[in-house]
Amino acid sequence: MNEMFINSVYFGCALSLICYWIGVQTAKRFPVTICNPLLIASILVIVVLAAGSISFETYHQSAEKLTWLLTPATVSLAVPMYREVQLLRKNLAAILVSLFSGCVAGMMTVWGIGRLFGVSEELYLSLLPKSITTAIAMGVSEEIGGVPTVTVGMVVFTGLLGAIIVKTVCRLFRITHPIAVGLACGNAAHAIGTSKALEIGEVEGAMSSLAIVAAGIFTVVLAPLMGMLY
Amino acid sequence: MKSFFQFMVILLFSLIGEFLHELLPFPIPASVYGLVLLFISLLAGVIKLPQIEEAADFLLKIMPALFIPSVVKLMTIRDLLWENIVPILVIVLTTTVVVMVVTGQVAQWMIRRHKEL
Repeated sequence: MNEMFINSVYFGCALSLICYWIGVQTAKRFPVTICNPLLIASILVIVVLAAGSISFETYHQSAEKLTWLLTPATVSLAVPMYREVQLLRKNLAAILVSLFSGCVAGMMTVWGIGRLFGVSEELYLSLLPKSITTAIAMGVSEEIGGVPTVTVGMVVFTGLLGAIIVKTVCRLFRITHPIAVGLACGNAAHAIGTSKALEIGEVEGAMSSLAIVAAGIFTVVLAPLMGMLY
Repeated sequence: MKSFFQFMVILLFSLIGEFLHELLPFPIPASVYGLVLLFISLLAGVIKLPQIEEAADFLLKIMPALFIPSVVKLMTIRDLLWENIVPILVIVLTTTVVVMVVTGQVAQWMIRRHKEL
């Protein structure tokens, strides 16, 4: 039986897609932020693997084919960015300065709290790129000597948390301008935050997708410098 | 053949990104090179939106599903996570709030100041 799984070219891929489909349906039925399709799908896959005593390697040898599409998908982020190019041009200075300040403040906080708890350098480097979209975060983590797997976990966790708290945070700190809300959402919680921002409004969603890209690029540049600081 | 052409263009930018990643010494992932080049090509009019739009939207729509294998991989580093659960929780919660507040406040302040001038 297990041999059948080990030799399969499609098992991991098919299992992932089925679980994701269940995740999407569940999120439709229960439209609360915690019902995130990616979160549901990942938990389901882990449960199935554990229940069937199937090793991660068996799953991964076919599931990793999905990862192949990540680079073209990230390249495609240029499209939503280009669609909002007018709004981008008009508020260019405010957008760039605020996203840059947010990125720096975020990484300084990781540095400060990391120091406080005395976390290992490996964990620190893995946590640095956690506020940006997974594809770029994985690349950055690998480049600066972090553990990409830890980074991905932290990215997903950060995104979910950000989407859940964004409305409360914006209300508490009186962030009301649609562009500011969108930028805050995308800069702190990447794609998962952007899906939340789209719920709040069109401008918020557009600004949030812009923030994903800009934050990603800033982090690519800043993370290696911050990595050397520790 | 329309979607074929669209996908081909996107793969081409991914390939150029990969080459740049190999050739240049910066710690920038191939995908970011491809993304920036595609954005510049759109701005310059070398690539028109209808030439890539549908394939790009499809890829963006399925993007979360592409991360499943990476998230499931967390089960292989369970011990490392449990050992550091307190700093991880504190760091993630605090930084998320800090990034939101700093980004939002700076953007709002700059937009409003710009209007008053």
